[in-house]
Amino acid sequence: MENRATSQWATELLRPDKKQRRLELKGRLMTLVSAWVIILTLFSLLYFIASKGVSTFLFDGVPLSQFFSSEWAPTGTPPSFGTLPFIMGSFMVTVLAAVISAPLGVGAAIYMTEIAPSWGKKVLQPVIELLVGIPSVVYGFVGLTVIVPFLRDVTGGPGFSLLAGVLVLSVMILPTITSIAVDTLQSIPRSMREASYALGATRWQTISRVLVRTSLPGLMTGVVLGMARAFGEALAVQMVIGNADNMPTSLIQPINTLTSVITLHMGNTVPGTVYNDALWSMALILLLMTLVFIVLIRWMTRRGEAR
Amino acid sequence: MWKKTLATIGSMVLVLSLAVGCAKGNQQGGGAAGGQLTAVGSTAMQPLVEEAANQFMSENPGTQITVQGGGSGAGLSAALNGSADIGNSDLFAEEKQKDPTKLVDHKVFVVGMAPVVNPKVGIDNLTQQQLIDIFTGKIKNWKEVGGVDQKIVLVNRPENSGTRSTFVKYALNGANEYRGKDSIVQDSSGTVRKIVAETPGAIGYLAFSYFDKSIKPVKLDGVEPTNENVYTNKWKVWAYQHMYTNKDGKNKELEEKFINFILTPAVQQNLVEKMGYIPVTKMKVERDAQGNVKEKK
Repeated sequence: MENRATSQWATELLRPDKKQRRLELKGRLMTLVSAWVIILTLFSLLYFIASKGVSTFLFDGVPLSQFFSSEWAPTGTPPSFGTLPFIMGSFMVTVLAAVISAPLGVGAAIYMTEIAPSWGKKVLQPVIELLVGIPSVVYGFVGLTVIVPFLRDVTGGPGFSLLAGVLVLSVMILPTITSIAVDTLQSIPRSMREASYALGATRWQTISRVLVRTSLPGLMTGVVLGMARAFGEALAVQMVIGNADNMPTSLIQPINTLTSVITLHMGNTVPGTVYNDALWSMALILLLMTLVFIVLIRWMTRRGEAR
Repeated sequence: MWKKTLATIGSMVLVLSLAVGCAKGNQQGGGAAGGQLTAVGSTAMQPLVEEAANQFMSENPGTQITVQGGGSGAGLSAALNGSADIGNSDLFAEEKQKDPTKLVDHKVFVVGMAPVVNPKVGIDNLTQQQLIDIFTGKIKNWKEVGGVDQKIVLVNRPENSGTRSTFVKYALNGANEYRGKDSIVQDSSGTVRKIVAETPGAIGYLAFSYFDKSIKPVKLDGVEPTNENVYTNKWKVWAYQHMYTNKDGKNKELEEKFINFILTPAVQQNLVEKMGYIPVTKMKVERDAQGNVKEKK
């Protein structure tokens, strides 16, 4: 029996017959088709958003100067489509959330990989994975029922504010930053740590002067990815920031972001109107900003490799 | 292996063509026994239309009615370009600057709306002028209208929302520069109710169907926001809920059957009233797109 089996294998291996060639072809075809489907979807999406987004300026005749002004009155007479408060709102929320989350995330990652790898990882890893799995509407609802009333009592304002959005978002992007930071720190070769210790450095010196510095491009990539998520997050932010068309000049005042303007208004506008096109233009800005984030990540990782 | 794949593909093609054939048959069959219908639009109408569709489907086996949200604007557009059979809208097509000549309007029920306040502001009646002053930002504190010393927090709906349009038109008399800059804006009525209930000094507006003990509806010029007052237009802040169909629709028979089903007393008096809306059959007045009211014959 055994002999027959081996001889069969041998003949098959010696002679890659039609069947195997077909298998190769099939695999190649499958990957090729999926690749092209993705590429085509992506480009049609880009084309769709871009064509809708520019029609505000090309066909509806809204000047760029108005679009980037702070006068938002889409149903006024005459209507005005200034989006500066929302662009600023999106930026403020994103940057402030990153300012809170970056040190926390990197700190947690250092704790997990360097200080208490055994139980730190055992406890923190599942918690972080859990945070990723929670849908954003739940974050929003927690923000609405816990953070907003808390801020209202503490600050005396309405509670719906830039600060509420920042707090909710910083929890949401924490897992992104932490998990990427963990990966980066783990990829540092052991010899680096050993060399540092051999020179007489303490653990903290090793962490702050060697490990963090070597992995900086990777850590920054995590932060930028987290920011990209924060910039595009809509639902949770929309529930807690108040959606008022103010310039974000105060932490405790309600503001608005690009994403929440789009989600709030899209359903109530009629496709083809200037109002609707203006929302698409905002979507285009979001798309371009994501592109900027991606380019930033590329640039940072390449710089890391060059070293 | 190769044969197997061929067989699979072959059978898939067969099944697909059968399915397509069936679907076509159904569409041509119209309202006879089976048929498909899609209704798209106003999220305010969605729960009721869905429930009505469920009842209709259980009474008419073989029919399939799909109800989707997306907003009044989306509903009107879908009915206009034929991507849906029925477009649900809170507003007249004219009010959304849509060409109404191609559409047939069916007013299926009515919804009343009222200003609601946080129970702790100590107000249960406002004059219309006071309400306008509050929403245009002239009155900033509840003590100016006889309430407690508390800053007023406006809770709005987005521009162009059906509820907001109705509220601005009939409660605020279309007050033009009505744009509370510091006001909170939320899209869902459920969230508006939660915010008004929890935020000190908050005022918003809701459909009657969202009233509960956590918030306080406000009388306007002494008129209470009740269904009975809407019947006679004594309470002016109400809107028809429209189902628009296309004049050149393919599914006319079934459309008519479904809309007539919603207008039957059984649905109007049970489902519509139970869910907090107002039966269109009980209305003693009629209102057109320009807001002119006349006695119903």
